[in-house]
Amino acid sequence: MKKLSVEILKVENLEGYYKGSFGLVQAVDGVSFSVNKGEIVGIAGESGCGKSTLAELITGVPKPLLFHGKGQVFVNQSPIYIEMPQYEITKFNRKMIKNKVKKQKEKVRKDILCSEIGYVPQASQNSLNPVLKIKKIIRDVMKQRYPNYKAGMQMNIGGELILSNDHIINHLEKLGLDRSILRKYPHELSGGMKQRTVVGISTLYKPKLLIVDEPTSALDVTTQKILIDTFLDLLNQKITDTILFISHDIPTLAQICTRCIIMYAGKIIEMGTMEEIICEPLHPYTEELIHSIASFNPDGTAETELKAITGNPPNLREPPKGCRFYPRCEKRKDECRENEPPYFYPKGKKNPVACWIYKR
Amino acid sequence: MISQNILKVENLSKKYVSGIIRTIMTIGVLNVSFELKEGHVVSLVGESGSGKSTVANIILRFIEPTEGNIFFDGKNILKMNKKKYYRMVQGIFQDPYSSFNSFYRIDHVLKQAYSYARPNYTRSSRQKEFIDILTRVGLDPYETLGRYPHQISGGQLQRILIARALLFEPKLLIADEPTSMIDSSSRAGILNLFKELKQEYNITILFITHDIGQAQYLSDRVIVMKNGEIIEQGATNDVFLYPKESYTQNLLNCVPSLYRKWN
Repeated sequence: MKKLSVEILKVENLEGYYKGSFGLVQAVDGVSFSVNKGEIVGIAGESGCGKSTLAELITGVPKPLLFHGKGQVFVNQSPIYIEMPQYEITKFNRKMIKNKVKKQKEKVRKDILCSEIGYVPQASQNSLNPVLKIKKIIRDVMKQRYPNYKAGMQMNIGGELILSNDHIINHLEKLGLDRSILRKYPHELSGGMKQRTVVGISTLYKPKLLIVDEPTSALDVTTQKILIDTFLDLLNQKITDTILFISHDIPTLAQICTRCIIMYAGKIIEMGTMEEIICEPLHPYTEELIHSIASFNPDGTAETELKAITGNPPNLREPPKGCRFYPRCEKRKDECRENEPPYFYPKGKKNPVACWIYKR
Repeated sequence: MISQNILKVENLSKKYVSGIIRTIMTIGVLNVSFELKEGHVVSLVGESGSGKSTVANIILRFIEPTEGNIFFDGKNILKMNKKKYYRMVQGIFQDPYSSFNSFYRIDHVLKQAYSYARPNYTRSSRQKEFIDILTRVGLDPYETLGRYPHQISGGQLQRILIARALLFEPKLLIADEPTSMIDSSSRAGILNLFKELKQEYNITILFITHDIGQAQYLSDRVIVMKNGEIIEQGATNDVFLYPKESYTQNLLNCVPSLYRKWN
């Protein structure tokens, strides 16, 4: 039996690139982090910094034009990218290797990708089929899993036998949705209900890891709050173990996350608990990012002056040689231009930050 | 300085009626009245579908109101000549990308506006004024003029549209969610630009947003809308610190903030 692990997700030196007629864009460049059980980890950054690309790479099935470069992702300690065998590929064993890899891929797909990861892509509430009722959309998802699925059959979910209809209704009610939505078409639901339905569909199998990509960006503040409460409920009711929450909106992340990862131009530049990131940011970019947010202050003492970050993020087709934030940084030094900063651990801090000013 | 009312909206309503035999009426805006004082920034906040943009579109005369009157400097705008009106009131919209034709350089938008603003222009004076106005909105004119829209970021495009509006030297700017499609790092720049416009050129701004944080940062007065009606209006700190209506209180409780955590 496998040892019970607390580390649900581990990403090691992951690289991903887009390749097409436009050339090669290294969107995710050497990212490593890990997520433990019970955590909600936020990934923040400007648009185009590689947040969504990272999420797609973690799901193991990157969409066309996106390719997995190097590195490995461990979900519940099992790798999801198959490594090619070390020995030489010859004319005679090529077919055998091909078959072997194909078999392994199928196994990974069945055992890990489809059962342990739940993924809610960006703007997925708009991808519900408009001509099908929610009931049929859920049925289609179930059929992928159980080829001979019928409404009312007995299912084995987490070791207990349960009627499929009951399972679906129970699950939706846990998310705060009424059973009457099963008989409705997507256009009859409001934006927040659609988003919760999509989250419901992607957590039907109790995935260990749930990845949500900008779930709240199209919603009003009141619906946004309901959805965030839903995510916290999912964790409390042990439907999922961890959530990877991707958003560009740091105030929203502050409400839900325990830890936060800040990305810039395909790299992680800082990691830390949410309070550390907001109150004492270490990296100059994080600092400027926090100061550029017009956040509502219930005490009335609004920020005296906001500061925008000047300039634009670098073009990832030709990433700059040294620190990627160098052209926009206010605290830049000469060594930043030439050498890429490694991760430093400033005094009294457990979390890495990629900036030369913390060099000892 | 005694500030005067520059815009006065009285009992504005917009109702959409559909069907011939069985008519269905949808309310866009219902009995909205407010006043804008010269040199003030007033924010219109509310959830989606609350009629914020409808008010903006009526003031910009894109749609006709069903009832009510709007007075600009004491004159009824519905009876004004549109060409004269747009010299005093200009709009800035949500999506900066869709205001540009991607086949033309960005100068095209400015040139078109300029030919309306100063009918008897010379080329040299036009170029001079473009350089002047682009510097005013915080852009490098030599880098932006002559480029195509896809070569420039969203924040810069929005600044060019603000420059275009400023060519007319307007008294009132209607900004309809100007920052919602811009990257978070350049959002602050646009907000600061609005602040500058208010302080240096005494332009009145009606700022429409769903982001309470931006409304708090920028505005002197706030109007809260719900389902086409005004729920509450008053000075920014009065509304946001001591809301009178339960709806406003509820809305403020739901706003994610850096400074507090929900229970």
